[in-house]
Amino acid sequence: MTFINYASREINCKIVYYGPGLCGKTTNLQYIYDKTNPNAKGKLISLATETDRTLFFDFLPLELGTVRGFRTRFHLYTVPGQVFYDASRKLILKGVDGVIFVADSQVERMDANVESVENLQANLKTQGYDMNTIPFVLQLNKRDLPNVAPVDEMKQLLMRRDQPVFEAVASKGPGVFETLKGVAKLVLQELTKSS
Amino acid sequence: MAAPDIVMYEEEFNQIKGIISKLRTDANAKVVFLVDKNGQQIAAHGDIENLDTTSLASLTAGNVAATDGLARLIGEKEFSILFHEGEKDNIHISIVAQRVILVVIFDERSSLGLVRLRVKKASQELGDVFGRIMSKVEREKAAAGAAFESPFAEITDEDIDSLFSE
Repeated sequence: MTFINYASREINCKIVYYGPGLCGKTTNLQYIYDKTNPNAKGKLISLATETDRTLFFDFLPLELGTVRGFRTRFHLYTVPGQVFYDASRKLILKGVDGVIFVADSQVERMDANVESVENLQANLKTQGYDMNTIPFVLQLNKRDLPNVAPVDEMKQLLMRRDQPVFEAVASKGPGVFETLKGVAKLVLQELTKSS
Repeated sequence: MAAPDIVMYEEEFNQIKGIISKLRTDANAKVVFLVDKNGQQIAAHGDIENLDTTSLASLTAGNVAATDGLARLIGEKEFSILFHEGEKDNIHISIVAQRVILVVIFDERSSLGLVRLRVKKASQELGDVFGRIMSKVEREKAAAGAAFESPFAEITDEDIDSLFSE
């Protein structure tokens, strides 16, 4: 649910990073935070446990510049990946404009990836969204590790439609901004159609 | 889409600003601000220079969402008022028109009773304004029909690419 303010000429969009526990959602945000010009970002807020596992969400506001005279603001959120935090995940999906699914490329995490993508599909549905129409991209993270599953195999397991796919190493940076750009593009394109 | 996009027009924006500024004076509060349930700040008034209002908005919405979840678990529709008491400052949070969150931050110069009283009145006025905004959006969409032209219809791939060129 994009918030368009004609009075202050702003477009506000909400992007959610979704995925299984320890797949690197917070790491994506952390990298974006570290590499963004201080004028363009707000504070990175992490509601995490003492062991740095996300408890409720991480939040990072980003200002990307102007489109057609409107300032575009993206609010990036992550969900807690651990299975038992499902109630919190549902809440964070409220009012979402675009979703990035971060998959862990390690072979042993494939089951967790599949479970999480199915969970995303179900939770989007309870919030009244359709996974087939909402702006959605897939990020295959941790491509630098030795035990990764082949890209094609992961696509086959995790793609629910013909969405853009990005390979990434969130801890070092490759693919992080490409993924964000990919979803931002879809969100803005959606605006041109529906607002 | 689950709910229509929120659109804010100049006229209603000024009315909202008027209401929250009056509320701040009447309730003797430090800050009054209005947040959409999804965490987008709509308007703020008061001593906000040293306040990270963006984070405040997102955390407030998270707080309200979590409390809504709690309410449903015990069979309540919602908890319409939340109150956080601190050593110096307090936060009073209430839901207006089921979709926006009104936040009042106050210290010992005011009291919970006064804030509650003033919030009640301001909530009604804000509710009316949001009612008008929603019907305006509906009307405009209906009037324009299928040919509704969004000001963003012209956004091109180049526009989007240029956002990321640094």
